[in-house]
Amino acid sequence: MQKEAVIREPLILGHKTYHDITEDVCRPIEDKAPKMWYILFGIALIIGLYGVGCILYLLGTGVGVWGLNKTIGWAWDITNFVWWVGIGHAGTLISAVLLLFRQKWRMAINRSAEAMTIFAVFMAGLFPLIHMGRLWVGYWVLPLPNQFGSLWVNFNSPLLWDVFAISTYLSVSVVFWYIGLIPDFATIRDRAKKPLSKKMYSILSFGWSGRAKNWNRFEMVSLVLAGLATPLVFSVHSIVSFDFATSIVPGWHTTIFPPYFVAGAVFSGFAMVQTLLLIMRKAMSLEAYIHTKHIEYMNIVIMVTGSIVGTAYITELFISWYSGVEYEAYAFLNRATGPYWWAYWSMMTCNVLSPQLMWFRKLRRSLLFTFFISIIVNIGMWFERYVIIVTSLHRDYLPSAWSMHYPSHIDIGVYIGTIGLFFVFFLLFARFFPVLALNEVKTILKGSGQSYKESPDYHKHH
Amino acid sequence: MTDKVIYVMYDDDQVLKDGAMKLVSKGIKISEVFSPFAIHGIDPIIGIKNTRLGIMAFLYGLTGLTLATVGMRFFMVTDWPINVGGKPNFTYLQNILAFIPVTFEFTVLCAAHGMAITYLLRNKTLPGMPAQNPDPRTTDDKFVIEIRLSENSMKEADLDLLLNETGYIELDKKNID
Repeated sequence: MQKEAVIREPLILGHKTYHDITEDVCRPIEDKAPKMWYILFGIALIIGLYGVGCILYLLGTGVGVWGLNKTIGWAWDITNFVWWVGIGHAGTLISAVLLLFRQKWRMAINRSAEAMTIFAVFMAGLFPLIHMGRLWVGYWVLPLPNQFGSLWVNFNSPLLWDVFAISTYLSVSVVFWYIGLIPDFATIRDRAKKPLSKKMYSILSFGWSGRAKNWNRFEMVSLVLAGLATPLVFSVHSIVSFDFATSIVPGWHTTIFPPYFVAGAVFSGFAMVQTLLLIMRKAMSLEAYIHTKHIEYMNIVIMVTGSIVGTAYITELFISWYSGVEYEAYAFLNRATGPYWWAYWSMMTCNVLSPQLMWFRKLRRSLLFTFFISIIVNIGMWFERYVIIVTSLHRDYLPSAWSMHYPSHIDIGVYIGTIGLFFVFFLLFARFFPVLALNEVKTILKGSGQSYKESPDYHKHH
Repeated sequence: MTDKVIYVMYDDDQVLKDGAMKLVSKGIKISEVFSPFAIHGIDPIIGIKNTRLGIMAFLYGLTGLTLATVGMRFFMVTDWPINVGGKPNFTYLQNILAFIPVTFEFTVLCAAHGMAITYLLRNKTLPGMPAQNPDPRTTDDKFVIEIRLSENSMKEADLDLLLNETGYIELDKKNID
């Protein structure tokens, strides 16, 4: 058993036993869902279905129903795509990178953060697919033998790299998440009383029995998957940034993009985790496991990544002037002072100023303030992508082609719809899946549980 | 031949570990331990070798790396070289930079999925498989040692006396054919 310094705040509050942990996590699944769950699920479902309706209309009519024009050929679609992929970066970062760093506080949040990641990447993946207009030929992005004279996909294109990166990231995240879920499903299976839920959870738990050899393999798989997923997390958003960075559009053609996008992704992902967890811990009475210290740790990550993003914004601005390239300089001057100044300054306020408030211990330990900032950050990160994409395109080399982008109601409907669908998935997850890695949390009970840390025997050797 | 299986249940991982150490030092062979989470340090005590899954992951990764390299060389250089803006694809080496992202992704894809599938197969955990833990509480807060009489030369009565010293909470014996 690993001991830690007494002055470290315990990660599990109260006087919990192993059985209490099982009870606390399984009870919300076994009890009837509260009324609030049905209300939220209903709202999310209606919004999600509206989005599905908009997507069906779009597929039936064509991508012309979006507010795109000749100059601005990419706008909300790819903004939303990058926004969702970015949000989908926190889960695997928490479970993989923090596992390699042996951060034990990850155990309380990794399950729901990974679920959030998976659903966010689902939503992200939707945008390139519907942008094809002809969804049913989506498999053409794969290098399959075909009847067009062996015409292969272009492996030189960052858009194709994206296909590989996103699908690898999604499938590896699902596998990582599910392998961790199997022992916890077994716990629910062994407690289930109703025959239907017993049947369901025994299928989901794959017949897990918790043998010593199984656990030995489990730990190896978790470690190696974490080792594989860590570079994967960084590669995915780097590759997303290549979609822009390898082009020659002023404002996009920037070598700083990969690290800047990765930091931004972690920044927005952690903000989304905060938004969801602050509600979930309350609704499911998990305050003993996800408490102020966890929120504070995440706020520190938000502050650090927010500062990296801020530094990148300012570097970009400086380099555009220092480069001496007038087109480059104009792109950035236009961003800050042109017709889209409001988007630029919203981005600056939300992403650069607001996370700096986390330097104050009082603020970063305040749950209400954290909730507020987490929403602000995600608004800011949406504007970041909008600013990069739309302001760089709307004024190109030919002033006669200059234009503005106005979203159509389908643009808005599809975007809002994905938020609805995301919550539909997340609410289903919270209802039927163990939202905490309960068996992993048991391993830190003796090392980081409050009652154990406070007992006089804590520092004696066993 | 009939055999007798003894399930010794503990309510603490540390007590089980101490007990197992005591039993093993007396020459008892422990055939299995069931626990709700990984008990660190139990494997060497009961003689479980470390898994070789890590090596398998490496081999799967190498397979992915090879497939990606061979595949992209065939698609982009041999079968249909494209001349993009005067940057032709006539040799693999000249174009290797463009192929690195997909090579990396495909390596990770093969390593992760290959390892996960091997893990599930080796554990015999697949959809629809029956659970084999002796007591449903072993996925909650109880820890069980399984001892088979056929694997031990000690008499049952002596074994019982020895087990009494380990501080178990429940003892269950089953005859199996």
